[in-house]
This record gives sequence, C-alpha cells and structure tokens, in this order.
Amino acid sequence: MTTSMSDPPAAALRDAYRPGVHEYRDAYYDPGYGPADTDILAAFRVTPQPGVAQEEAAAAVAAESSTGTWTTVWSDLLTNLDRFRARCYRIEQVPGQPDQLIAYIAYPLDLFEEGSVVNLLSSVVGNVFGFKALRALRLEDLRLPVAYLKTFPGPPHGIAVERDKLDKYGRPLLGGTIKPKIGMSARNYGRSVYELLRGGLDFTKDDENVNSQPVMRWRDRFEFTMEAVQKAERETGERKGHYLNVTAGSMEDVYQRAEFAKELGAPIIMSDFFTMGFTAHTSLSRWCRDNGVLLHCHRAMHAVVDRQHNHGVHWRVLAKWLRMAGGDQLHNGTVVGKLEGDRTATMAINDLLREDFIPADKSRGVYFDQAWASMPAVFPVASGGIHVWHMPELVDIFGTDCVLQFGGGTQGHPGGNSAGATAVRVALEATVRARGEGRDLAGEGPDILAEAARQSPELSEALELWKETRFEFDEVDRLDADGGASPERRPDR
Amino acid sequence: MITHLPQLDERQLARQIQHLLDEDLIPAIEYVREPNPRDHYWVMWKLPLFDARVVADVQSEVNACAAAHPDCYIKLLGYDRQRQTRAVSLVVHQP
Repeated sequence: MTTSMSDPPAAALRDAYRPGVHEYRDAYYDPGYGPADTDILAAFRVTPQPGVAQEEAAAAVAAESSTGTWTTVWSDLLTNLDRFRARCYRIEQVPGQPDQLIAYIAYPLDLFEEGSVVNLLSSVVGNVFGFKALRALRLEDLRLPVAYLKTFPGPPHGIAVERDKLDKYGRPLLGGTIKPKIGMSARNYGRSVYELLRGGLDFTKDDENVNSQPVMRWRDRFEFTMEAVQKAERETGERKGHYLNVTAGSMEDVYQRAEFAKELGAPIIMSDFFTMGFTAHTSLSRWCRDNGVLLHCHRAMHAVVDRQHNHGVHWRVLAKWLRMAGGDQLHNGTVVGKLEGDRTATMAINDLLREDFIPADKSRGVYFDQAWASMPAVFPVASGGIHVWHMPELVDIFGTDCVLQFGGGTQGHPGGNSAGATAVRVALEATVRARGEGRDLAGEGPDILAEAARQSPELSEALELWKETRFEFDEVDRLDADGGASPERRPDR
Repeated sequence: MITHLPQLDERQLARQIQHLLDEDLIPAIEYVREPNPRDHYWVMWKLPLFDARVVADVQSEVNACAAAHPDCYIKLLGYDRQRQTRAVSLVVHQP
C-alpha cells in the first residue's frame, strides 16, 4: 500500500464507534445508487404510520430486511456494511393514494444463500412486515438477477417436455377436479376419474384438501384412480393422468406417496406447495425431476397473503418463487370464473410463468424487467367456476400453453361426467380450429360453439344448462392507474 | 389435436395448413399403422417440408402419403424452431 505524505493515515479515516439510535435514512436511503446487475431488486408498497417521513419509512424497510437493527452495535465496525446493506434507491408516490408509496430497494447478492427460496423469504419478507413504524407493507414485485436464478433448478420438466411426454400439442390441456372432493369411497372416486378421462379430459385432479382422510385413504385412491387412468388410455389412444395429491403431514409420508404413485405408473403428482411450505415443496420438486414424474402445484392459502392490496406479498411474486422452486403446472386464476384475479395482472403473471423475458410494464403490475435465462416454463392452470360458454374467451385470453380445469363444468352435465367431458373437449377443439381459421374468438365465440353443438348433443346440452351462469363481482385487488394496485380505477374490462 | 370433431375436409384442412405456414412453423408428415399413446416415433414421410411455401405444397404431400399408405394414420406436424418443440400435431387421415 502506498500513501503520499499529504494523505492522513488510513486509521484516521475509519469510522469511530458512535453508539445510539440513528436515522435509518442515513445509511439505507441512497437515491444516487445505481443498482448492479446482480442485485435483487424489490418494489414495496409502503404505508407509513402517520408522522413517519417517506424516506425514513422506505429506508427502514431496506434496513430491517438486510443488515440493520434499531441501534448501532460495536460489531458493525468489524465488517464492511457497504457490501451487505440493502439500499432504497427510489421512492414513488402512489397516484390517488396519498398515504402510500412505492419504495425500490436493491439487495446485494451476498445477502442470500444460493438455491434457497426459503432464505429469500426469511430475508426480504421476514420480520420487516411486522415493523411498527409501518401501517402496512406489500411486496409488489422482485427482480431476480440471472446470476441468482442460475442457482435454482426450476420446474422439474417445464411446458415443452411435458407436452413431449404426453404427446399433446397445439391446444390447451384439459383437466377436471373430482367432486365432491371428500366423501366418496376410493372405488367410486375412481369411477368419476374414468368417466371424465374417457369422455375427453387429459387430466383429472385431487382437490387440495384430498390427502388421506378416513373415508378414502391415499393408497386406495391411488390404486383405483390409476386403474381408471390406464383403462381410459387404452380406450382413447391418448395419454391421460390424474394429479395424485401427495401432500401430507411429514416429508416421510410425502415421499412414500410419491414413490407409490411412480410405482403405479402415474405420469403426474400434485403438491399443495404453499401449505406444505417451500422447503418441502422444493424437495418434492427435486424428487419429481429425479424420477421423471410431472408436478402439479395447487396454491391453497395464497389469498391469505396476496389478496389485500396494501399488505402482504403479491401473487406475481409467489408465482415467481414457485417457478424457481419448481413446478410444471401452477394455478393462476381464470379471469372469467368464480375466483379473484384482475385480467391484466393475471395475464402478466401468465407471462412470468411462461416466457423467458418479461419487460417491465407498470400498467400490468410488472415493476422490473425479468430475464429467466432459459429456466423451464410453468403451465398456468385456470380453474374455478368455468364452463363451456367460457371456452372461446379462455383460449383467447390464455393462448395455447395453459391447463383449463372444469370441475362442476363437466361433472354437473345432465348426462354425467363422460358427456360433460366430451362437451368441454368438443368446445375446445372447435375453438382451436376456429382460431386456426383466423376467426375472432372473443367476438364470434357463441357462433363457434353453436356450430360445433350441431354435431355434438353433449355440447348442445351443456350450452343450454349453463347459458345464464356468470360470476360478476368486483375485484378486491386492482391495478393502480399507473401500475400496482389501487381501488381508483380498473384499467381493463 | 382434433379428435372429437368430424374429420377435417379438404377445405378445412387447407385453412389449418395456411395457419401453420402463417405462424412460421415447419410442416412435417408422419404415419403409422397402429397408433399407441406411448409411441413417440411414427414413421417420417420424407424430411420436414422446409421448402413448403403455400398450402398446396403441404396438401399434395399429405395426399401422396395417404395414397402410399391408405391403411395408416397420418399426422401433420408444425415444428417450432424458436421453442424447440411442435406447435401443431393434427391427425389428418385415418384408415
């Protein structure tokens, strides 16, 4: 080391230990900071307590989710905190919401363990959400840098491999959840599976809470449903599957169920990823990759954390985490059915699951460019309150790479499961054919269905039964005028 | 892809082929005598039709394949180079 005579000794430049409570913004608010390509970037919707300055609230979020604590400690001086501290580098007022701001925070990569979604959660959405100086806090979006993503294996197979394994191309896949979800014996349940599959569905599905209840233990269900799957395959000449829900109270049980599913030749199993937890789900995802079994992911419990527009974690972030932890199919709302989900925001999340690069566009709720660096894609699953009348609109909205699930929409058919499944399959094929012919699915939907129904009594009956059924309620969580979420205005519809 | 609708007639097939070409997919034809859901490799009818530009280029090959193998199932594919997969897979002839 060389120092000139005029420089002060290096020791004189070191910080002195100044015990006490300092403002967060002194160390964690840095509007001059230009984020590095390797930083994880977060957009938080912050609602400070009255009297707390915006910069201080935003800096507190950065501090409490990285290196800071409420008071200075002597051991801060044993490290170079500049290397580790998160920085709030930009603040934006939310239009129409004077009490809310968007704080952009950059986290250096050294704060995180490689390949662990759980570590990311414990850091970025850990204690900070209970911080008293904030009235509410919501994580709107996260930019995951490529250097970090490359430490995650992602989906066990992804859309392209799943299609190859199943030999199904050029159209959405069709699923159906068996109802009633609890109460049938395994043999009767298998009957419902068989009828739906032979009628035309590609998959049937256990519901999220179907695990191993006393009236239908998992092993019996697995045996009867796989008999149904294999019989339907022989009869239709198509690959079929039933999402066997292997969710259980311990990982030992999860693995035991997964192994048995594989032994029976099941092409796909299922996880309630959010109730099971990210560690358990990631382990199961790894098992699926190692064993060539597809993984369907149900998002039960997500609305507990993602539904309120000023507090929690937005679903787009949870969906990104799932793509990193790994899943081949993920439920992502229907737009048209019975469950919550703004159309523009839902479509942007479909892109985050399916595309390799998604540009920032705040009008769609996407705060950052996101590059996935060839991480395999996840099939979005649309499920909940959809029926044949929705088909043209669903294909128009979701495109080809999606799974459309009809539970009541098949099993509620006057002719039963098989007729209901045929009605849905005919509606889908007519819609896809019409798209190939260049027809306008949104505008001509009813005509397309009516033409197909002339040759399909099953579709004709389904159209008659559900002609009046719509689910028209306002969304609780809507996009802001310029992005994010605000109750002021809905940009779409 | 289409199994639950009546078999496409010539005119309907022509529109699907046009769509395939419009989407910049590479047409290809495969056939097999006994289809099996676990059989990924049907017999290729020539190489994929890299030079096909208009509907007739494809339709004539489908017809030639059907004439040569009237007792076989024939599938029209559309390869997608960008996604390294097939974007179309359509049974266009059945014995």
